[in-house]
Amino acid sequence: MAVTTDRAALNEWIACGWPEKVVPGGKYRTVLLGQEIEVRRTGVSSFEVFECDGHGELSRSLPVQAKYCCIFTTLGEPIRPLPKIPEFDEADRRITGCGSVGVHTSPFRIIENFLDMAHFSFVHTDILGAPERTEVLAYKTEHRKDVDEIWAIDCQFYQPAASKASKGGQMTHYAYRVMSPFSVMLYKNVFDDPTRNDAICLFVQPIDETECLAYMPLAIVDRESALTSIIDFQQTIFAQDRVILENQRPALLPLDPTIELPTRADASSIAFRRWLKAKNFQFGVYEKKAA
Amino acid sequence: MAIKLYDYSLSGSCYKVRLLLGFLDLEYERHPIGFYPEREHRTETFRAINPLGQIPVLEDDGIRLRDAQAILCHLANKYDMSGLWLPRAPELYGLVMMWLMFAGGELMAASAARLHDLLGYDLDIETARRNAHAAFRILDDHLTRREIEGGTWIVGDHPTIADVACFPYTALSNDGGIGLEDYPALRNWLRSFMHLPKFDAMSGISEFA
Ligand SMILES: N[C@@H](CCC(=O)N[C@@H](CS)C(=O)NCC(=O)O)C(=O)O
Ligand SMILES: [Fe+2]
Repeated sequence: MAVTTDRAALNEWIACGWPEKVVPGGKYRTVLLGQEIEVRRTGVSSFEVFECDGHGELSRSLPVQAKYCCIFTTLGEPIRPLPKIPEFDEADRRITGCGSVGVHTSPFRIIENFLDMAHFSFVHTDILGAPERTEVLAYKTEHRKDVDEIWAIDCQFYQPAASKASKGGQMTHYAYRVMSPFSVMLYKNVFDDPTRNDAICLFVQPIDETECLAYMPLAIVDRESALTSIIDFQQTIFAQDRVILENQRPALLPLDPTIELPTRADASSIAFRRWLKAKNFQFGVYEKKAA
Repeated sequence: MAIKLYDYSLSGSCYKVRLLLGFLDLEYERHPIGFYPEREHRTETFRAINPLGQIPVLEDDGIRLRDAQAILCHLANKYDMSGLWLPRAPELYGLVMMWLMFAGGELMAASAARLHDLLGYDLDIETARRNAHAAFRILDDHLTRREIEGGTWIVGDHPTIADVACFPYTALSNDGGIGLEDYPALRNWLRSFMHLPKFDAMSGISEFA
């Protein structure tokens, strides 16, 4: 496994674990963009990350930040800070990660699936979508140039059980936010309360181009459910996505619309692919072989 | 008194029990265990319930049982008045037990592969996949013979708890990066099982089996 040479990928903050993965004083090894790294928990909330050389010896020390229930590092010079997600500071929210889940596909397939509402009724039947209400209503996408994020707003979808707290179906209002090529989140209105949103993140650690770990930090408005049940709900949903993701071909994401045409409902997918193309991404991207 | 199941949605072993509870139309109270990432099953509190630190555990009328296969036997023995899920006929009973042990034994290699791929368990994935393939080969050969005899199920003319016990980790094999291309009889059997009335799929089971 070789380290990627794609600067666009190297210059991002990327999740590489979560604090409770390791006890204070402990350490573990993992791989980021083909580069083996060692993560050390030096105190309750202090961490160190090192690159490992070809012989497994520690070489360079890497920047590290612990935030949003994850540990982040970067192999390059970050072109942007970690995103601001103020919901994680709101006192009445239930804040938790869900560990990591391994997925054999490109990081961008995982992000793109997260943005897609059209699969709800088919993949998350009777939970995030009803078989008889499959329609994705028109929504807006925008590139927020000040923060270089892709947003999809005014999204809505009928959901039989939108969250652990749900006691019936509702028209759920969504906003999606792609904060970096490896991180995305959504806001969805809380059951029976249009004034509050649950914040659900998906941070992807690309081990290599077609092998990833997915982290799902949550900042949820739900007084009643046990944290265990909130995590269980999220993992149940993601395990359904994972089957679909691992069966998509090619695993790498085609950016050229002549190879794989996103459908009309996929406005956010089109925006996401354009954005990656504008960044000249090579890592995780399907290249049409010259004829 | 109510039946209580210590359960985790993504556990294939718990799914064995949930499936039979569903087939038998039994009401139960679900006690969710934070299997991952909390590892609640390894805490002192849970070890007081099951010293092996494993789920599922079932409580029913003062009896506390661990091991999915034992739980299936208990539920079928106590609640299935038809006797079809756990046949007592001498020519069937031993065979059902034999395949139950297989489900809790050799077939669990497929569970190990899944825990590795899905939840990052540190284990020898090549060995797990090889052992899972060996188990699938044995079950596929058996089901091929059953097809030739005109049978659909692992034992007899009706699905039994042997089918229930073998179904989850076979149907979830993809989660552990194990394809079933080489096991046509296994795929036919999975399809028949998924068409049973009251069948309930769990996350990770692909419909294109
Ligand atoms: N023999 C047990 C094994 C069950 C089993 O492996 N359960 C898994 C979850 S699917 C577990 O609790 N593993 C924890 C461990 O073994 O430490 C049974 O069939 O119920
Ligand atoms: Fe999904």
